[in-house]
Formats: sequence, structure tokens, C-alpha cells
Amino acid sequence: MGYLKRSLLQIIPSLLILTLIVFALVYVAGDPVSQMLPENATAEDRAILTEALGLDEPFHIQYLQYLGDMIRGDFGTSYQYQEPALELVTERLAATLTLSLMALSVAIFISIPLGILAALKRNTVIDFLVSGISVVGKAMPNFWIGIMLILFFAVMFPIFPVSGADSPLHFVLPSITLGVALAAEMTRLVRASVLEVIEQEYVQTARSKGQMESIVIGKHVFLNSLIPVVTIIGLQFPQLIGGAIVVETVFSWPGIGRLLLTAIETSDMAVVQAIVFVIALITIVVNLVTDIIYRVLDPRIKYN
Amino acid sequence: MTNNEQHTPLLSVDHLVTEFSAKGNKSITVVDDVSFTVNPGEIVAIVGESGSGKSITSQSIMGLLKSGGSITNGSIHYQGSNILTLSKKERRQLRGKEMSMIFQEPMSSLNPMLRIKSQIAEALRINQPSKSKRETMDNAIDLLKQVEIPDAEAVANRFPHQLSGGMRQRVMIAIALAGDPKLLIADEPTTALDVTTQAQILALIKDLNKRNGTGVIFITHDLSVVADIADRVLVMYAGKIVESATVYDLFEHPQHPYTIGLMKAMPTLDSQVEELEPISGNAPNLANKPEGCAFYPRCPFATEACLTAVPELRTLEKGHDVRCIHPVKEGVLHEK
Amino acid sequence: MKHKISFSKQLKNIGSRILELSTPLGMIGLITVSIIVILAIIAPWVVPHDPFSMDATKRLTPPFWMDGGSSTYILGTDHVGRDLLSRLIYGSRVSLLVGLLSVLIAGIIGLFLGLLSGYFGGSWIDQSIMRVVDAMLAIPTLLLVLVAIVVFEPGLVTLILVIGLTSWAQYTRLVRGEVLSVKEREFVQSAKTLGASNTHIISKHILPNVLSSFIVVATIGIATAIMTESSLSFLGLGVQPPDITWGSMLNDGRNYIATSWWIATFPGLAITVTVLAITFLGDWLRDILDPKLKKGGDDDDE
Repeated sequence: MGYLKRSLLQIIPSLLILTLIVFALVYVAGDPVSQMLPENATAEDRAILTEALGLDEPFHIQYLQYLGDMIRGDFGTSYQYQEPALELVTERLAATLTLSLMALSVAIFISIPLGILAALKRNTVIDFLVSGISVVGKAMPNFWIGIMLILFFAVMFPIFPVSGADSPLHFVLPSITLGVALAAEMTRLVRASVLEVIEQEYVQTARSKGQMESIVIGKHVFLNSLIPVVTIIGLQFPQLIGGAIVVETVFSWPGIGRLLLTAIETSDMAVVQAIVFVIALITIVVNLVTDIIYRVLDPRIKYN
Repeated sequence: MTNNEQHTPLLSVDHLVTEFSAKGNKSITVVDDVSFTVNPGEIVAIVGESGSGKSITSQSIMGLLKSGGSITNGSIHYQGSNILTLSKKERRQLRGKEMSMIFQEPMSSLNPMLRIKSQIAEALRINQPSKSKRETMDNAIDLLKQVEIPDAEAVANRFPHQLSGGMRQRVMIAIALAGDPKLLIADEPTTALDVTTQAQILALIKDLNKRNGTGVIFITHDLSVVADIADRVLVMYAGKIVESATVYDLFEHPQHPYTIGLMKAMPTLDSQVEELEPISGNAPNLANKPEGCAFYPRCPFATEACLTAVPELRTLEKGHDVRCIHPVKEGVLHEK
Repeated sequence: MKHKISFSKQLKNIGSRILELSTPLGMIGLITVSIIVILAIIAPWVVPHDPFSMDATKRLTPPFWMDGGSSTYILGTDHVGRDLLSRLIYGSRVSLLVGLLSVLIAGIIGLFLGLLSGYFGGSWIDQSIMRVVDAMLAIPTLLLVLVAIVVFEPGLVTLILVIGLTSWAQYTRLVRGEVLSVKEREFVQSAKTLGASNTHIISKHILPNVLSSFIVVATIGIATAIMTESSLSFLGLGVQPPDITWGSMLNDGRNYIATSWWIATFPGLAITVTVLAITFLGDWLRDILDPKLKKGGDDDDE
């Protein structure tokens, strides 16, 4: 498990840089004092509060304090909700993660069969259609897909609800909306990966054993073409979360996306910082997990 | 399929033509009117440069042509019946059990994701699905021992990348033997290996051939390998057989200029490296073959007549055919 | 030195190869992008109506082929009676401007850091640049942009700067990889032995060789930037009214989707078509400029 330790160690500088970027932005922008005090506060009041908050310290001291607070799990208090920022985020995290995972499942269920189909029927009408759909799928903005889905499946044919996250039916439109772009990307990748694997000699070996073609594809081609697909899931995850922020607005989904937008509109910096940090952490964890899956899947890495 | 009569050859390929077409372009004839037979227990070598059609010939026999390739003429009889008329399923059932194949690259011919034992077990189970898991595993280990793999139990649990090239090729042979086939096609099985390993693999194939009476088609570009192993040799050039003889006849009296060229390019123990003469020029572009004799542009003995006349395969002595309008006289090989 | 391919020669080759290698999709992309660019430039002279003028009596007019539609408003009007087609044409201006300028900013930063990082591969410079790149890639671009928006007033200039400053990491990574491989080639090694300065080697030998893959990726990057811009404008954090963008038009239309589908449908269509056309153009450029990046090559052995 030495590699795990190494990848964890590599994360630390990335996280530090990230906190630095976010902190610098807030340092430049934030004026928590004016936000916290009433309009008619005197200059003296301001000075007292500034000192109390440690805002008169130089940049690097403030940054170190901020880091220290963060390590203790203190991301500050949302002035709008008057609650610890981290709690606000974790309360809503489950909804966002559920949405993202559902979208990921949608993408997997669409892309793997379609990608394999397109590769097996290479250069036929089917292949052309699948590739065409995936290119268009990638070009459509997700919020537009969401609105169009609402138009068709909630307005014209009222099958699914359009907002909230109360029942399984509520999940359908948002997860499809968020999953389309990833499905399109993955279909292309699965197709390319299968095409590469199918040319490999060991596939011919399997055939030369007298193995049935369906098993040749299922056992030898599919398993081997899965490896790059796992990698792409890790790489695409930040985009998925980013997409979730927008999709949540379209469907009034009670996740961190909406929390973030409210926080941005009200300059609630503690919440913004906490969200950025949590998302970055999730991304890193996802990358670590895909890395582990990758190693488990591919014996060439596991046994070296 | 068991009691084969003594007089029918194991495999008989007659006037085989295999073409490849790429995306609606005109098709290319890769195997052109190839005929030969393999008798039970016989090792037939097919020799030629890459692009000569030797590998495609073997893929045509196995029914493993890649997309775009199709057999457009001729027949392939296995134990007396034409296998080209069989359904895909019947064709598949021949593979493994009746005929199997070893490929050139032991690096890439084994599935990197699966342990050695499960790759052998897969081949065993196709032929004997009723056997228990335990029995299949025992058989797999037996097969590994048969191909002289030391510490077979340990090797069975490894993954391909953990084995050396020679070991992997032995595993490939074990897989090919799993169904106890009567015909083994070895497509350049030693090309990717070093000289010592090469000799061991050759010895193994020859041994299996003697012990089990397996007919072998041995495909290679290296004439020096042929002398050790083959009973009969076919030399292919640009999709056609240009010379066919017993291994003794071929080495003693080679008659096609191409064969002679190959022999001159062959390193022997007593020759210096500088004496090797590679054949000048390149193998012809199959899409655009020269008129007349395909070897004409590279032939040191070519005459005006070779430019237009398409040579037929002629029998000069019994069992020795050559496709050349003026076969080379004896002694040419040894003059400088 | 004869291995070196001069850039002007490369350009000449490209010119002749454009004709040779014209593919149907590539041509569709090129033509569509050209039309959009031209429309964006001449917008004030071609729009049928003033895109800003509201007319409460004409609000929510459907497209001309529907009941109640009129041929004066071909694609209908929005919730305050503005002509949708005219607004669509004007919207292309913001999208293209943001796409081009932000990629220009991101590209320059990415190219510079990538060259530096790749050329001094393995050194502390490389290490620290790559750490920053990793950190940037660990968070969704959209999130970074959103955070930056809090700090600066939303608007066109902010949008361009913010998208540019947050999306350079992918270019750095690409250029670095290219440089690492080009660096090992003979002509670079020989220039080094001849004592050429680092700046000379980078600008004369390495840059021309990494430029083609960079251009391909940057082209696709324009499409991505347009997507980001419209997402932000859709969220109300991008370009602010009265400036017209497809994203904010979509946001307007969203509330009227039950009754007036056209307001949200056409801007989305415009984004999709634009992104699609740029993607086709990019894929095609890849085939011309960078054969080694070509995907799904056909292989027929023997």
C-alpha cells in the first residue's frame, strides 16, 4: 500500500495551494466588517471589530490562522444563517452526492452498451448514429437539457415532477440531465477502447480456443476495455460536480449547488470557502478511489 | 470425426483465394490460388516475408480472418469434408478441438487480466464442460507440465506479465493443446524469442508432433528454422506458392530464385555476417502487383520473358513444384 | 538542423492539405463557424428588429409557423416583447468574445508555464508549476469561476478574465507533455550542444513543434469557454443585462417554459450548434495539423 501513502502525500500540497487561492480571493474581496456591522457603525466600532477578528494582521499570519482553524474543522460561521459553515455544507452534501452518483449510473448504463455496440458495428449506420448522438450530447449545455426535459416530460407529458427531491420519481430528470454529458464522453471512450482491445492478439487466442463470440466479447474484450473507462470517471468527476451546481438550480434540488449560489449572492464567504474545500476534497477522494479500482482491475500494476 | 481413413490427408487446401477489401476500395488478393495438404503427423512449413500471405492462409484455415477479409474461391477440406461450407457455429466447434493455433507475440497473445490457470481452464472447459472445477484445474497443471514448465502449480497462479517470453509461449502451446487437436498452426511462434528459447520451443513442438501425431503448419519468415523442424516446405511470395518441396529437396536443390535469395540471406554457423546477402528491393505492393512474374523486379535471373509471362506452378521432379519459367540450375547457390 | 520544420513551411503545407483533407464534418464546422462569426460582426446591420426594444403589446408572440405567430417576429418574442431572432444574433457577440478572449488569456498563461515546466522538466520549477496545475484541476472550473465572481463585480470583462485565469491548467499540462517529448529529439539536442541559449531553443525549436497540438486543444477550449459563459449567465452571475447572452435568454425563458417554449429553446439550440460547429472544426484541425493525435486510425496488417 506504499502507493496509497505516496498519493496521499501528493494531495497535501495540492490542498494547500487550493486553500491559498481561495483565501487570497477572500482576502482581496471580503469586507466582513461592513457586512457584520449595521450601516451606521462608527469608524471606532469598525476598528474594534477588525482587531477582534484579527483582520489587522498581515496576510501570512491571517492565512496561518485560517489554516489552523480549518484543521480543527472550523470553517467559520455563515453570517446569513448564523450556523457553522461546514455544518451547512455537510447537511446538503448528501443530496448533491446522490444526484452525482445517479448521474454517473445513468452515464454508465448508457455509455457501456452503446460504446460496445458502436465498436462492434464499426463503420455502419449504427456506429455513425451512436457517435453522432454522443457528439451532440456533449455539445448541449446541461441546463438546456434540463429545461427541454421539463418541457417534454413535465409540461407536454406530465410524467415526472420538476422540482424537489422527495420521491424516486424526482431523481429521474435531474440525473439524466446531469448524466448526458458524461455519458457522451464515456460512450466515445468505450468505443475507442473496445476497438483497440478487439484488435489484440489475445482476443484471437480466445477465438482459437473455440470460445463463443459472445463470451469472447464479454470476458476478454469487455474486461480489458474497462480500464481506461475507470480512469475517465475519476478525471471527469470535477466536471460532474460543477454540472451539479447548475442542474440543482434548474430542478430546485436541495444540494450544495443552491447553497453556493445563495452564498455567492449574499457574499457569505465562510460558506463559499467551506464548499470549495469540501468539493476539492471529494474530487481528491474520488481520484484516489478510481486509482485503487484501477490497480485492483489491472494485475499488471497490482503485481509490480 | 474419429476414425479418419488413412488415405485422406488431415488438411487439404485447394486453390484458396482470400481477399481483403478496405472501405469500398477495390479488394486486394492476399492469398492467391494456394493449394497444399498436411498429413497426420506431418510438419509443413510455410515460409515467406511479411505480406506474402502466409499468416492470412493460416487465419483462413482457422476461420479467424479479421474484418474485411473473406475467402472468395477454393476449398479447405479437413479430414475429407469441406469446412468452408460449415456454419459459423460448426466452424467454431472445430477450433480448439480439431485445430488450434499459436501466435507470434507471446506478449500480447495472452489476456493480461486473467491468471494463467484460468486461461488454460477456459480452453479445457470449452471441450469438456462436464468436468468439475477441481479436475479442470488438475488438467491445466498437467498441460503446463506437458509443455515442460517447471513449478507448474506456481506458474498457473501467475499473470502473463510475470512470465518470460519463452514461458508465455509455452503457456500458449499448452492452451493450444488443451482440446487435443489433430492440427496445430504455429504462426511465427519463435520470432519474438531469443535464440536459446527459440530452440527449446522448436524442440517442444517437434516433440509434441512425434508423441501425439499432431499435424503442424509452421509459419515462419526464417528459413533456418525450417531445416530443423519441417518435413515439407512451401515458399510463398506475394500471395502465391512459388516453391514446394520436401525439406531435403529444398535445401539440396532450391530452384526458385526467391528461395535461393532467402537461403543466401540465411545466417549459418560457418558464414560471416558480412557474407549475408539480403534480397534487394521490397515485397511487392499487393494492390499493385507487377504484370508477369511477381518476383521479376527483384530477380537476379530475370529475362525479358518474365516481364509478361505469368509463371504456373510446375512439377519438376516428384514432390517438387516451382513457379518459375526458367528454374535455376544447380550449383548457383554455391557460386559467388 | 535539417530536421527542423519551419513554421512558415508548416503553414504552406497546411494550406495545401486543407483542400486535400476536407471532410464533410470539417467543412460543416468551418462554414457554420464562419457564418456565426460574420453574423456576430455585422449584427447591427442585419437584425430585423432592435434587440433591446420592448413592446408589451407584442410579448410572448410565438414563432411565425404557430397560431398567433407573425412573420415580423420569425422566432417569436420574449416575455417583454423583444424579438428573439435579433437577440439570438446579438447573443453570439458575447459568446464569441468571451470564448476567444478567455482562451487567449488561458492559452498564453498555459503555453508559457507549460513551456517552462516541460523544458525544465523534473526541476523545482516544474514541480511547483505542476502542483498548482493539480490543485486547479482538482476543483471544477465552474466552481473556481463562481468563487472569483464573488470577489469581482459580475460583467463582461470580469467573465473573460475569470474564465481565462481559471482554465489555463489543462493547456499547461498538454504543452508540458509535448515539450517533454520534443525536447529529447535530435535537433533540440544538437542545438544544445552547439551552445544555443534556453530562450533560443524554446522559441525557435520547441515552440513551433508544440504549437499545432496546442491550437487544436485551444480551439476546443473556445467551445468549453462558451459553455462556461452561458452556464454563468444562466445562473445570473455572468454578463449582466442589458447585455444580451444566450445563457441569460435561457434563464428568462425558463420561467415561461410551460406556456412559451420558444424563449428557452432557441438560445439553447444556438449554444449547441455553436459548440458543435467548433468541435467539428477542432476535430478537423486535429486531422490536418496533428496526424499523430488522430484517433481511431484504421489498421490493416499484412
